[in-house]
Amino acid sequence: MAELNISERQAGDITILDMDGKVTIGEGSVALRTTIRRLLGEGKKKILLNLGRVGYVDSSGIGELVSSFTAVNKEDGSLKLLNLTQKIQDLLAITKLLTVFDVYENEGEALSSFK
Amino acid sequence: MSEKRRELKLTSRLESVEQAAAEAERFAESNDFGEDVKSAVDMAVREAVANAVKHGNKLDETKRVEITFENRGEAFEITVRDFGAGFAVEEVPDPTNPENLLKASGRGILFMRSFMDEVEWSNHAEGGMIVKMLKKRESNLDF
Repeated sequence: MAELNISERQAGDITILDMDGKVTIGEGSVALRTTIRRLLGEGKKKILLNLGRVGYVDSSGIGELVSSFTAVNKEDGSLKLLNLTQKIQDLLAITKLLTVFDVYENEGEALSSFK
Repeated sequence: MSEKRRELKLTSRLESVEQAAAEAERFAESNDFGEDVKSAVDMAVREAVANAVKHGNKLDETKRVEITFENRGEAFEITVRDFGAGFAVEEVPDPTNPENLLKASGRGILFMRSFMDEVEWSNHAEGGMIVKMLKKRESNLDF
């Protein structure tokens, strides 16, 4: 089984990526990078990452989240985070990235925030 | 009786990160370390081995990463040695400085320091860098 499975849903012009697994050095980080690049190539610039089923992220995975965020911003898009586990919240707090990312616990609220 | 010390010599490839973490978990379980120690050690081992493989040995598979796990009674001690050129840890930019927040890398050392009780880098007498980390059984840290 792949380290990270990413399923894609569309809510209007917002793409929701339901992520399941680990975002770590190697395969998991590459899977996220490839998906974000493809979406940007398709002109999909409003992206919501659902991390509710991501059990593990290392510093490389946090770096990939940051890279995704900056890549989407560069295209005048917007990338937001949904359903952070306690562990990921702790990592974003340690790295002071909670001040950078727009984080939501409720999908409806997250989707409304893009408008 | 459980073994009190374990040594690993791994190849400089990314798969070794997972292997080292799995070995650390087995060692922690056989030495009755609790969940808080296991979780911190898992994160710290992954970061230290990833650093050794990627930045120390620069993915050169002819160079090995040497790892030790030791049950020090009240603490889990880890050492990770690479065979690279070394670096000055105090010169690594602070990833929490506003100008570094959006950088894609450079957070591994911060994670190791955050999860472990003691972390110390030194140059090995025979070359390469060695990082020694300690996690106490009873810790006031949240991670």
